Formats: sequence, C-alpha cells, structure tokens
Amino acid sequence: MNARVSSFRDDTLFGRLVMGIAESPKAVIAAIVCIILLFAAIVGPYLTPQDPFDLAVLDILDSKLPPGSESMDGLIYRLGTDGQGRDMFSAMIYGLRTSLGVGVFSGLVALVVGTVLGLIAAYFGGRIDALIMRIVDLMLGFPTILVALMLLALLGQGLWKVIFALILVQWATFARAVRSAALVEKNKDYVEAAVTLGISTPRILIGHLLPNCLPPLIVIGTLQVAHAISAEATLSFLGIGLPITEPSLGLLIANGYQLLMSGEYWISVYPGLLLLVLVFSINIVGDRLREVLNPRLGER
Amino acid sequence: MTVFVIRRFLQSIAVLLVTAIIVFIGIYAIGDPIEMLISPDASPAERAQVITSLGLDKPLWQQFLTFAWNALHGDLGRSFVFNRPSISLIFERLPATLELTLTGLVFALVLGIPLGLLSGLKPNSATDEAIMTGSIFGFSLPSFWQGMMLIMIFSVWLGWLPSTGRGQMGEFLGIRSSLFTLDGLAHLILPAINLSLFKLSLVIRLTRTGVRETMPLDFVKFARAKGLSEKRIVFVHVFKNILVPLITVVGLELGSMLAFAVVTETIFAWPGIGKLLIDSIMRLDRPVVVAYLLVIVSLFIFINFVVDVLYSLVDPRVRLGDAQ
Repeated sequence: MNARVSSFRDDTLFGRLVMGIAESPKAVIAAIVCIILLFAAIVGPYLTPQDPFDLAVLDILDSKLPPGSESMDGLIYRLGTDGQGRDMFSAMIYGLRTSLGVGVFSGLVALVVGTVLGLIAAYFGGRIDALIMRIVDLMLGFPTILVALMLLALLGQGLWKVIFALILVQWATFARAVRSAALVEKNKDYVEAAVTLGISTPRILIGHLLPNCLPPLIVIGTLQVAHAISAEATLSFLGIGLPITEPSLGLLIANGYQLLMSGEYWISVYPGLLLLVLVFSINIVGDRLREVLNPRLGER
Repeated sequence: MTVFVIRRFLQSIAVLLVTAIIVFIGIYAIGDPIEMLISPDASPAERAQVITSLGLDKPLWQQFLTFAWNALHGDLGRSFVFNRPSISLIFERLPATLELTLTGLVFALVLGIPLGLLSGLKPNSATDEAIMTGSIFGFSLPSFWQGMMLIMIFSVWLGWLPSTGRGQMGEFLGIRSSLFTLDGLAHLILPAINLSLFKLSLVIRLTRTGVRETMPLDFVKFARAKGLSEKRIVFVHVFKNILVPLITVVGLELGSMLAFAVVTETIFAWPGIGKLLIDSIMRLDRPVVVAYLLVIVSLFIFINFVVDVLYSLVDPRVRLGDAQ
C-alpha cells in the first residue's frame, strides 16, 4: 500500500471506488458499457433514425422486415422492424430510456426512504427501531416478484403503479443495510463528541452518521438498480407492468414473443440482448464495488 | 424447543393475518368490491343478492370478518369465467406448478453444488473467475427472455423439444405427473431449465462461500493431519458443514421459485397456478386472483415455518439467539 503511487488518493471514498474498478479489467469494460448506455438513453432522440411513436413516419408495409432491410424512403433498418413497422433500433433506444428511467428513479427513491428509516431506527433504537425492523423483516420475507405481483394484480397496470411497487419492494433492503452500518458508527467517539457539542439530531444523522454509512449504500444501490430494471421488464412482459403507451425493453420483448415462433427472431432477441447487457454490466460493476468496499457484505 | 415452535407459529399466523388484511384492503378499500367481485354481466337481481351475501352493505370491519370467516372455510368466491369455486381451480393446478418447481430446484442443486465446490476449492483461479462471472451472468439474464431463447433454439431452430404444454401424464403410486412419461419429460425439460437457471447462481455462490469458510477450520486441518484423503475431507466432512445453510436458504427460495413460476408458466403455457393467475388478471377474473394470492402467501409462510423449525433442530444456536 505505502509504495503505491497513483493520481487517485486512496483515502477518499471516490478514490477507492475508481481505483477498485480500474484494477479489474472486467469492471472497467462493464463501467464503460454502463456509461455508453446511460449516455444513449439521455440523448436518445438525437441518436435514432426514426421517432418510433410518431405514427406519421411509420409504414405498416414495412412491418416485420429482417435486419438490414431498406424502407421505401431509403432508411436502412439495421436491426429490422417490429409488427407495426417500427425501426427496432429506434424502439430499443426509447425502451432503454424508459427501463433505465424507471429503474434508476425507483432505486433512488427507495434509497432515500430506506436510508432515512434505517438511520432513524439505528439512532433512536427502542420501540421505533423494533417497529421499523419488524416491517423490514416482513417485506424481506417475501420475494420481490411476489410482492410486486400482488400489488399490481390488485392495482392494475400503470407507470406510477410500477414505480410505487418497485420502491415498496426495495426500500427495506436499504433500511436494513443502513441500520446495521449506523449501529456500528453510532457508538464511536465522534458521535458522542457531536452530541456533547450540542449539534442537533438531524445534523448528526445526516452530516456525521450518513457519510460513514455510504459504502454499503453505494453497493446495494448499484445492485438494486439492476434488480429494479429486470423486475420492471418481467412485470411488463407479463402484461401487468407498464402500459403499451410507455414501452420499456420488457414490453418490446413481449411484443416479439408471438412472432418468435414464426421465425421473426429479431423483434425479441435484440431488445433482450440490450436488456441483458445493461443488467449484466451494472451487476459486474456492483459486484466489483462490493469487493472493494466490503468483501463480506452479504452474498447473493 | 416447544416454546420456539409456538413462537414461530404465532409469528406465521400474524404474518398471514397482515397479508390477508392487505389483500382485503386492496379489494375492498382501494378498489370497488362490487365491481371486483360481481361479474360485469350479472343482472341487477343477482347483484343485489351477491351484495347481501357478501355483506357489502355492512361496515368495513364486519366485511373483513365475513371475508376472513369465508376464507377460513375455503370459500374465496366463485370464478366469473369458470363459474366454479376459485379455490378448487387453484388446487387443481397446483400439482403442475409443484412438479415444475421441484424439478427446477433439483436441476439447480445438481448443477450448482459441483460448480460451487469447483469454484470454492480453488479461489481466485481462472476456473473460479469464470464460474463467478458466469453466475453474475446467470442472475442478470432476464428469466422470461432466457425462456424465449430456449424455445427459439431448442424448439424453433433445432426442433428437439416441445415448447408448450405439459404433455402426456403418467400415473405412479397414485400420483399423476409428467415425470412418468417420456412425452411428459420432454415437455418438462425446457421449463425446468428456465426456472432453475434463476436459482442456479444462488446455489453456486452459497456453496462457494460455504467451502471457503469451512476449509480453513481446525477440523479440516485435523482431518488432513490424520491422513484422510482430500476427496474424503471435501465430500464427507466439508460437504456436511455446507449443507446446513444451503438447505435452509434453498428451502426459503422454494417460495420465491413458486412465485417466479408465474413467468415460466406464461412463456411455456404450462398449466399451473401461475398461468392461471396471469390469465385471470387479463380476464378480470378477480376472485381467482384473490384466491391465488392467499394460497401462495399461505404456502410461502408455511414453507418458511417448516424451514425455521428444521433449521433450529439442526443448529440449536438459532433458537437460543431468538430467545434472547
């Protein structure tokens, strides 16, 4: 350790993260893929040759064309077209936007909710702790997909309902991790010093306890985003997730399901590959972060 | 021990009650129970009759008692589509789901334990790296898409295996199952692989962790000092130690596989309760949806209870820790 010369300082959290990823070639590739996909999702409309939801540019005669076909007006469908004559590449970029958006948003909200409840449980202890942890145990006792199925079976489909379901199944994981990290930190001298100095409770929680609970949060946050994206895709595939007006990658794959039997493989294969690459790269990065920050942070 | 079992049992009942309340609130408080429980094409007289028989004109807490009372008697309403008690529809299809889930579980164990051993015995080797990356790939692979690719490769392109349905069933010892005919087995292979890949990564990782934690322990050193062969140490002594956590987690995961069977059954048109659930959601056949939810949750809670009790028998520290 002492002999290493590097431009990143090992003593900052960010430095440790960057160094950790840089040391594993696998993680570097995965991180680059994640960044490219995130970029593609953000600038999506500028990348796609066609707006897949503008009915005026779609031509039903162009439906189910194999990859590489050319349309009437000279546009080349590199990944083929789907049943409505949409360019698959364009539809996939739009689907990526929806999938990533739903995954990241629900992951972040769950992170905030879980962190706040976890900190409160750890700091105050006693009855509040017992109550929050009972609910956490109850939530974690059921598999994600079962809770989401139950909820959506009762509520029906919809963008915000899916996001709500995803937040509901995820917050408990964060709450548990933050609580156990905070319980360790709570008994350290600096917290006592802060209390003696008369610093207000919210400030101690957010300004002093939280920064020290960040490592597990970052790891779980990364893995949960991957988890949320794949859960949303599964629910949408089953027809109880996102409505047809918000096509995520899961819905695109579902559209191709019936056509698979008749040999139009590209309609389901390409969006599936994109989904796989997305989830796989996020998981590789998350796994690497876990090794770097805390090797013993619960195996999956 | 008895105290532990009783406490766990009461906890299970409490969880079941909470879930029943949530399902109840889902139907009665958020949605409109009249619209949910009465078929859209019922005549006004029928509507009035169902409203009184379900007590929908009474206060909410009384409705809950009626709901719970009926549920305890196995009455979860009649299916609009089949016009039969929804609970009997569920029980009719449960064997198909159990058959699929258990076969998938066996696949996951038979493949996962050797891979986990291989990886755990040579940590940080190229084999280990490959298996671990493969297992991340395994849980990144969206289960539904993976199933479709299985169909595409083995049914559409190669034409080796059928892609839908349960096939012919045979009877053995009074149990009717696809496991007892060749046609049935051919139908079972793809769905079972699909469902097992979902848990395979978990089994690999658990086995690997178990091996890595057990190998440095004193009893392994002692066994080596005694001159036991490495094979015997790994397959008898170490294996015994990793089996305990493995069985527990796998037991608990059985519940999540039952839930995930929804996906597999939808793709492979397997006539189990998962497919029934999705079909019922699409047909707005809500009594069946409610029955599915309550049955699957009860099943899940029951499995957890049994696993907890078994675990405490194997490892007394669990119940001692719980008592404190």
